[in-house]
Amino acid sequence: MTVFLIRRFTQSILVLFLVSLIVFIGVYTLGNPVKLLVDPRATQEEVAKITRDLGLDQPLHIQYATFLKSALKGDFGNSFIHNISAIKLILQRLPATFELAFVAICITIILGIPLGMWAGLRPDSFAGRGIMAGSILGFSLPSFWVGIMLVMFFSVKLGWLPTMGRGETVALLGIEFSIFTPDGLKHILLPAINLSLFSLSLVIRLTRAGMQETLPLDFVKFARAKGLSTRRVIFLHVMKNILIPIVTVLGLEFGAIIAFAVVTETVFAWPGMGKLIIDSINLLDRPVIVAYLLVTVTIFILVNMVVDILYSLLDPRVRLGEKKE
Amino acid sequence: MQRRIVQLGILLAMVFTFANASAEDLVIGARAEPAIDPHFSYLSTNLAYARHIFGVLVQSDENSNLKPGLATSWKALDDTTWEFKLRKGVKFHDGSPFTAKDVLFSIKRIPEVPNSPNPFTGVIRSIKSTKVVNDYTIQFKTKEINPFLPKNLSEVIIVSEKAAKGASTAGFNSGKATIGTGPYKFVKYVSGDRLILQRYNGYWGEKPVWKNLTFKIISDDAARVAALMGGDVDLIDFVPPVQVAALEKRSNLKVFKRSSDRIIYLFVNVEADTSPYLTDLKGNPLPENPLRNPLVRYAISAGINRDAIVSRVMDGLATAESQTIPSGWFGYNDDLKNPEYDPKFAKQLLAKAGYPNGFGITVHGPNDRYVNDAKICQAVGQMLSRIGLKVKVDTMPKAVFFPKLGPPGTELAFGLLGWGNSPLESDGLVGLMHTYSKEKGMGQYNAGGYGNPAFDRLIEKALVTVDAKKRDQMEQQASKIAMEDFALIPLHTQYTIAAARRGIKFTPRADESTLAMNAVKD
Repeated sequence: MTVFLIRRFTQSILVLFLVSLIVFIGVYTLGNPVKLLVDPRATQEEVAKITRDLGLDQPLHIQYATFLKSALKGDFGNSFIHNISAIKLILQRLPATFELAFVAICITIILGIPLGMWAGLRPDSFAGRGIMAGSILGFSLPSFWVGIMLVMFFSVKLGWLPTMGRGETVALLGIEFSIFTPDGLKHILLPAINLSLFSLSLVIRLTRAGMQETLPLDFVKFARAKGLSTRRVIFLHVMKNILIPIVTVLGLEFGAIIAFAVVTETVFAWPGMGKLIIDSINLLDRPVIVAYLLVTVTIFILVNMVVDILYSLLDPRVRLGEKKE
Repeated sequence: MQRRIVQLGILLAMVFTFANASAEDLVIGARAEPAIDPHFSYLSTNLAYARHIFGVLVQSDENSNLKPGLATSWKALDDTTWEFKLRKGVKFHDGSPFTAKDVLFSIKRIPEVPNSPNPFTGVIRSIKSTKVVNDYTIQFKTKEINPFLPKNLSEVIIVSEKAAKGASTAGFNSGKATIGTGPYKFVKYVSGDRLILQRYNGYWGEKPVWKNLTFKIISDDAARVAALMGGDVDLIDFVPPVQVAALEKRSNLKVFKRSSDRIIYLFVNVEADTSPYLTDLKGNPLPENPLRNPLVRYAISAGINRDAIVSRVMDGLATAESQTIPSGWFGYNDDLKNPEYDPKFAKQLLAKAGYPNGFGITVHGPNDRYVNDAKICQAVGQMLSRIGLKVKVDTMPKAVFFPKLGPPGTELAFGLLGWGNSPLESDGLVGLMHTYSKEKGMGQYNAGGYGNPAFDRLIEKALVTVDAKKRDQMEQQASKIAMEDFALIPLHTQYTIAAARRGIKFTPRADESTLAMNAVKD
């Protein structure tokens, strides 16, 4: 386990370094952000001064070296738009995205697994077919459209839920959360459903496929022959076997949900990281773009690590840190 | 069971139904995110937010006319000295009195704000020195004659020396330094989410209408419209034109619109010798730049149906324009007309210019900057292909588009741009069409690289003419010279559109700012 963690850690550092390099070059080639940010009436001298002040007149490798040096100290530069530390800005927005992703993944698990099981147990029933058809829709409908439709129906037409924004927050350990207030829950429901649609469909399909593969296997027949109740067979023995791929996918999806909540956050004006990155890209707010991508990569790395650990707990045959030689 | 569900549904509906806010509160769904430090980033949206909290010496009303603000009167003592008399008895939100020292401090602070990618320095560029005569009199010396100083000062936000001395952005975001003389007090700012303000009872002017004022930041157009329809906000700005008809049909909503100060035009690159975007019919770059020929520019202008753009692309929510100064503004030349839309005639012009079979041209433009920008580019492309040009249309995000523009050295041949005229009316002439000059600070936005000494001479003279009537004449004359040269091709001014729930009356502003002071109970 320790060896595994150490190896993962060094790998992660390498990945972060590479990503920072790629992102930096990518953002650099987009052009001089000052041209976009500065007032068009500014004189050339003023533009030159601003460019100098922000260190943007230096060649790429020097800019990168400067960035790397301060990044190692945890300083990713100040946002051009908000004039506060980019990393602080992102961390401020992180809880909002995190709780949205959390609720979305809860919806995915709570609805996805039972629905998938149902569809797997009764593939030819009306409900089973309905669930599968629904999951195809969940896959294929663009989420900005679904988001707007949800708002139009539940908020504008029925007036049940708010159309946008984050509800009232309470501080917990110094971090503002909105899922602990009724107002916050009201606000989070629609965006979370919208965000969960894709992973929900994925989990339904995976669970169903797993069920159908596992049910005809010998150990299931044996368990039934032994006289175990259907409930016990399905919820203990079958479940345990089909859960492994689902956990992997859920882990990856959690990372993806956090990183790609962009569309949902924009449609619902959710003040999270996704909205921040879109705004930052639009305004070429370089420090925020770079810091955001690094934070996202870090989240992905961590989530994957947790998934690997969970994996080994679910399936003892999987040993962490073992090199195949 | 079913009854239970129905009961639960009704209960939920009751709980979830929008809790009625007090009639004295206003929630605005705003497109732009504010920067709380009022000297950090020179954007019209930031100025709009700042005008709620802070004061300015000279106010600009919804038609961009000047009126007294923190200064009650002003006059030019000589060619380069201006004296402003300040309003007495004005108190900051913390109760401390407003004096000339705060003005001096604000002017000094502007160039000292660190890390600003877009400082306000341009606004105070002409000021050489500032002198506090007494608590309520202040004098400005300008480097050259500057008849526009009062207009410039309408964009200089006055902060409190006591509260803002040495304050950082964090100090402003927390509200500690955000102490102004404006009609609303700062309460709280949640980045990316909302800005909360409260009525300031000690405001020197008309009593603010709203007790609690909240700006919810909703950058997405569809989401902003949905928020209004769902009753989560009372008023929204920057309504997309396609939604106007649908919103007007709803009896509980009202749409407010007016022609703005933003002129949309096509720049024509006459600076480059050749361009990859100007080709022969096979797609090879032409050895010369056909756009340098005024006849070609004439043909393009005559080949564009502005009325069709206004009615079809803009849904009627724009006004066709014949010059860079919007209709009815200072310096607007009534006699200037666009060439009549006539594709046949345009074809003849092209033939006369030596391109009987046309040539290849790419129409560039941003797709996220102006109202319907990409659609306008496509429409222009179609119209130009009708006069025999081989047109490509290439639109891109503004973050990619704007860095490609000069001057000097615009990479593109032909494309769409916009220009807001409110901050300084003469800039629509000087900034856009004066020969580019780094030293003079003129023609800074002349993307096409047009230059005409006759125009330059006239407009430079206008800039130092204090007599408004004479200046107006000169600007009109200059406009005529440039437009007869087809220095650029004006299309239209877009509308400022806002929408509100019934019970609120909103007056949109020419400068596209969203001010709660323009919203009253109906």
